[in-house]
Amino acid sequence: MLTSQSGKKIKPVLFILLLVPLAMLAYRFYSEGFGANPIETVNRYTGDWALRILLSTLAFSPLIRITRWHNIIQYRRMFGLFAFFYVCVHLSSYIVLDQFFDFSEIIDDVFKRPFITAGFSAFILLIPLAVTSTNKMVERLQYRWIQLHRLVYVIAMLAVLHFWWMVKVDTREPMIYAIILAVLLGFRLFFYIKRKV
Amino acid sequence: MLLNTSKQTDLKESDITDQAIYRDRRKFLQKSASLTAVSMAPSFLWPTIVSADISFENIIKSDFSTKDELTPIDAVAGYNNFYELGLDKGDPKRNAHHLKVKPWNVLVSGECEETGEYALEDFISPAKLEERIYRLRCVEAWSMVVPWVGVELGPILKRFKPTSKAKYVEFKTILDPENLPGQKRQVLEWPYREGLRIDEAMHPLTILAVGLYGKELPNQNGAPLRLVVPWKYGFKSIKSIVSINFLEEQPPTSWNIAGPREYGFYSNVNPDVDHPRWSQKRERRIGEFLKRETLPFNGYADEVASLYSGMDLKENF
Repeated sequence: MLTSQSGKKIKPVLFILLLVPLAMLAYRFYSEGFGANPIETVNRYTGDWALRILLSTLAFSPLIRITRWHNIIQYRRMFGLFAFFYVCVHLSSYIVLDQFFDFSEIIDDVFKRPFITAGFSAFILLIPLAVTSTNKMVERLQYRWIQLHRLVYVIAMLAVLHFWWMVKVDTREPMIYAIILAVLLGFRLFFYIKRKV
Repeated sequence: MLLNTSKQTDLKESDITDQAIYRDRRKFLQKSASLTAVSMAPSFLWPTIVSADISFENIIKSDFSTKDELTPIDAVAGYNNFYELGLDKGDPKRNAHHLKVKPWNVLVSGECEETGEYALEDFISPAKLEERIYRLRCVEAWSMVVPWVGVELGPILKRFKPTSKAKYVEFKTILDPENLPGQKRQVLEWPYREGLRIDEAMHPLTILAVGLYGKELPNQNGAPLRLVVPWKYGFKSIKSIVSINFLEEQPPTSWNIAGPREYGFYSNVNPDVDHPRWSQKRERRIGEFLKRETLPFNGYADEVASLYSGMDLKENF
């Protein structure tokens, strides 16, 4: 069982761990470069990690139910904020590197391309969650905070759709994320039904 | 030394080897090969080839070549869409050795008089190799400039004496799921197939490429024989061709089967017709940071726009 004492030591470790993907990207840039289409590489890479960390936030509550490690809940916020951080990096790489601030093109994309509509909606919906992530906000909003943060289910589904609708024919990779998400949400449904019964 | 000489350009249709003789010759070669156990490759296949790192000699420059800056060969031969060799852009280069290109035959069939199976060397050798520096615009909104080595398709097709019923030409890529890792899964309907209207196929810009950057095609670029149609999206330029079929009706094509709303039969480069999932207005030239405007027919409008006069290009995308 983890104590909150050890929790204080673990948090900085997790913080650094969650920065590793970004460090790996930087390392790759200096060691071998990003290949023939560097912008695409950065876009895909940051998108992958945004999705992975986002889905990892959904693993906390099933994990707690199974393992009874209630203390790990204190790390969830960091994962959530890092998910938002990687989403921001991913979005910036699209706006700055891919489109280079061509806002008419970006607006076109957001409204005309379903996969970008999905991804952009996920980003917009993440903003209130990030803003209300402080202790003060949790106290102030109370039960409404829990309701608000259930948005993460919608966000995760939008994020998987964003990936799924982007690929041309090979849906294997987005399918893996969809299955993970289905399992994570399935747990909740299972516990919900069990409680009712 | 057919590839080498300068007076081989005007091949008459009567120059085609008779099928019977041709078949005998193959038998003879097979026999002699098994007797002597000497490899028939590369000296036999490519008379002009120098040796291992195979270069072509005396390639003619072409007025059709663009002055645009060439895309470095590392990108041309390292960033490929060739699903038979894997789905990631780097896979085709990694898996290139799985494609067996020697010996290579092309089956000619359908609405033409000279049907039959032709060895690659018979297929290409009477024609003169040209360098064609073309822009290549991928449907995924990136582009390259590639110095192809090849021959015009039109004169080659005429050798097979297409009949008046030949309205379309269908091409197929090699089917070899034993060796080609990408064909173990049904990502697309294998074999990959493409098609052109006969006038598109006969257009002087349309070439069959056997090389790039002065050398034999790397496998990942569609060795040993591929189509290059520079005013159409890249996927129309089918790789590693084993079959050419003259047809009266428009043939089904792989990407059109996979996504009929997204990939049309014509697939002419057109900045005014977006892919449903992304804009086609601009493209990223590999090696450049800012996107550039995509040109109608990939900049070849003067040469090819007349092929489509009177057609609604938004309808026939």
